[in-house]
Amino acid sequence: MSDTLLVSTRKGLFTLGRSGTRWQIIKVDFLGDNVSLTLTDPRDGRCYAALDHGHFGVKLHRSTASGGWEEIAAPAYPAKPEGVEENDMWGRPLAWSTARIWALQAAGKDQPGVLWCGTLPGGLFRSADHGASWQLVRSLWDHPKRKQWMGGGADLPGLHSVCIDPGSSQRIWIAVSTGGVWFTNDGGESWEQRGEGMRADHVPPELTHDPIAQDVHCLAQCPAAPERFWVQHHNGIFISSDAARTFSEITGVKPSVFGFPVVVHPRDPDTAWFVPEIKDEKRIPCDGKLVVTRTRNGGKSFEILSNGLPQSHAYDVVYRHALALDETGNRLAFGSTTGGLWVGEDQGNIWSCVTHTLPPVYAVRFI
Amino acid sequence: MAKVFFTPNLQRHVGCPQTEAEGRTVGEVLARVFAENPPARGYVLDDQGALRKHMTIFIDGHIIRDRTRLSDVVTGTSAIYVFQALSGG
Repeated sequence: MSDTLLVSTRKGLFTLGRSGTRWQIIKVDFLGDNVSLTLTDPRDGRCYAALDHGHFGVKLHRSTASGGWEEIAAPAYPAKPEGVEENDMWGRPLAWSTARIWALQAAGKDQPGVLWCGTLPGGLFRSADHGASWQLVRSLWDHPKRKQWMGGGADLPGLHSVCIDPGSSQRIWIAVSTGGVWFTNDGGESWEQRGEGMRADHVPPELTHDPIAQDVHCLAQCPAAPERFWVQHHNGIFISSDAARTFSEITGVKPSVFGFPVVVHPRDPDTAWFVPEIKDEKRIPCDGKLVVTRTRNGGKSFEILSNGLPQSHAYDVVYRHALALDETGNRLAFGSTTGGLWVGEDQGNIWSCVTHTLPPVYAVRFI
Repeated sequence: MAKVFFTPNLQRHVGCPQTEAEGRTVGEVLARVFAENPPARGYVLDDQGALRKHMTIFIDGHIIRDRTRLSDVVTGTSAIYVFQALSGG
C-alpha cells in the first residue's frame, strides 16, 4: 500500500508520510502559493505541480533528482488568429490563455515522456518531453462543437479528466465541465463525442439528453477493465460498460447522488467510491454528516461509510481531485475545503483524521 | 531609455531587477526586457501577449489604457512600473 500522500492546497503542497499507524506532514513545498494539482509519473517517479499565482498566472513545476523543483513550461495557447472572434457563455471575448490546470495525466509505457494536461478554458495539451514543452491539441480545440462547451462551476469550460487506456495510449477519454465525454482512438488526431444516456436537468428539455450538455464532474476508468467508466455528474451517478458510448443512471443512492469526485477500484470495475453532498445549490454534507459512499456491485447497492468521519456540523466539501485511492484499492484518502484530511483503511471501512488544519484542499494523490 | 521597475512581489517567483530598455511603446520596451529575461514574460503577460488580468502598468504615473496591444507611448525618460492591480483591503 502507498504510505505517501501529496496534498495540493490553496496555500502550498504538503507531503505526508505514514510512520507506524500515524500520518504526518514530512515536507512542505510552495508554502503560501496556490497548488491546484499534482501528478507523479509512475514511469519515472517525476512529480509535477501545477501552481496558480493569481496575478502572475498559471505555472508548472517538475521535481528534480536532488529533491527540489524546477519551473518548466506551462501549457500556453497559440496566438489567436486575426479575425477569429469567439465569446464565452457570458458574451465576453474568450481569452486563449490558460486560466487553470485541471488535469494532469501520464501516458503509458508505450509512450515514454508523453503527458496530457487539461485546462480552463477547455484546451487539451500534450507534451512529448516530460513537460519541457506543450502543444495545444488543435483537433479538439478546433472541433466545431467545442464552442458549445460552457462553464460549470467556473466561468469557463474546464477539462478535468483524462483517462488513458492501459492497453494503448492512443485511446484517450476526456471529460469537460460542461461538455460531456470525448474519445480519441488515434492519440488525439480525431475526436468523437461519447456519453449517450447521461441526463442534465438544469438545461432546457431539448438539451437534457444531449451528450454535449452534460456536466461531468469527474470521469473514472477501471484500469483492469477499461471499458468500464464511472461518472460523478452534476445530476447524479452514471456507469458505462461500453467504453463510455452509453451510460446508465444510478438512482436512489443515499444520502445523495450529488458530489464531485469518484474513484474506481483498479481491478474490480464494480467497486467505486463517492463523496455525497446536498444537491446542488448548497453543496455541503447532508445533515452535517461527512460520509463516503461505496458500491461493490456495479451500483446495485451502496454502503454509507462513516466510521471515523465527523457526523455532526461537518461542512467539508471534497473537490473532484481531492479523493484518492492507492494502487492496491484498499487505502483511500480525501481532503476538504475546510482543511480536513482523512485516510481510509480497509476500502473505507475505517477512517482516521490526519489533520483538520490544512488550507483548503484541491487535490489528493498517493505516490 | 525608459526605466522599468517590477513589483517586489514578483521577485520570489522570478528575478526581475530594475532595468532599462528602448522602445516607442510600453509593449516595445517590455519586449526588449523579456528578450533578456524570458522566464519573466509569462508572469506579466498572458498567452496572447496581453497584460495579465490582475496586473497593471503605470507610465509616468498613469495607468496604461491599452492592456491588449500595449500601445501606450513612452519616452526615453519614462518610468514604467509593472505592478499587481490591488484594490480593497
